[in-house]
Amino acid sequence: MKLLYFAWLRERLARDGDDIAPPPEVETIADLIDWMAGRDEGFALATANRKLIRAAIDDRLVDHDTPIVGASVIALFPPMTGG
Amino acid sequence: MTVKLQSEPFDPGALTTAFLGATGGAGAVVTFTGLVRSTPDDPILSLTLEHYPALAQRQLEDLRAKAITRFGLLAAAILHRYGTLYPGEPIVQVMTLAAHRSAAFDGASFIMDTLKTTAPFWKKEERPDGTSWVDAKHSDDAAAARWST
Repeated sequence: MKLLYFAWLRERLARDGDDIAPPPEVETIADLIDWMAGRDEGFALATANRKLIRAAIDDRLVDHDTPIVGASVIALFPPMTGG
Repeated sequence: MTVKLQSEPFDPGALTTAFLGATGGAGAVVTFTGLVRSTPDDPILSLTLEHYPALAQRQLEDLRAKAITRFGLLAAAILHRYGTLYPGEPIVQVMTLAAHRSAAFDGASFIMDTLKTTAPFWKKEERPDGTSWVDAKHSDDAAAARWST
């Protein structure tokens, strides 16, 4: 599974993604953020305010309670500021 | 052009003229062009737009289709830039074509208000004293929320 990061989340993590293999108990986006935060202090700091983290699974916007089973690419990013 | 993402500058007038080329049955066209804003008391040197290409294309295509259905538009087009832009340059252009003006205005407002909070673009401003990411605004959430039904 591929993780992608954008904007200030990418800058704070100092990388644009990670290749990950989460265990089966990591079922949702929220679980995935918790799991990554438990493995990586920098990730924990950058995602401490969960309200500022948006997610997409395979190029579709999703909520934090969305299951990640079967996902190929999961993207995490801050609130969008286009237009 | 229906939905397009590009880094190059564009000519708002030329886009409008091209869009007006197919106006069968239409009585109204609305064009919105967003510009890189820089003011004398808070000047910026540049604005860099980061984006997530696949999701941005999908979100804007979905948004265009929703606007056409909801407001009965005859046509709609969205062009959004990414990369590094400079003050005064166009960032985004939204065009709607409808039988009457209210649908054209509402369709364009709906697209812009919704785009700001659902299309994956992120602005970073460069000022003389450094760069900073633009925070999402509550007013943008409120503007998007007025279209939720």
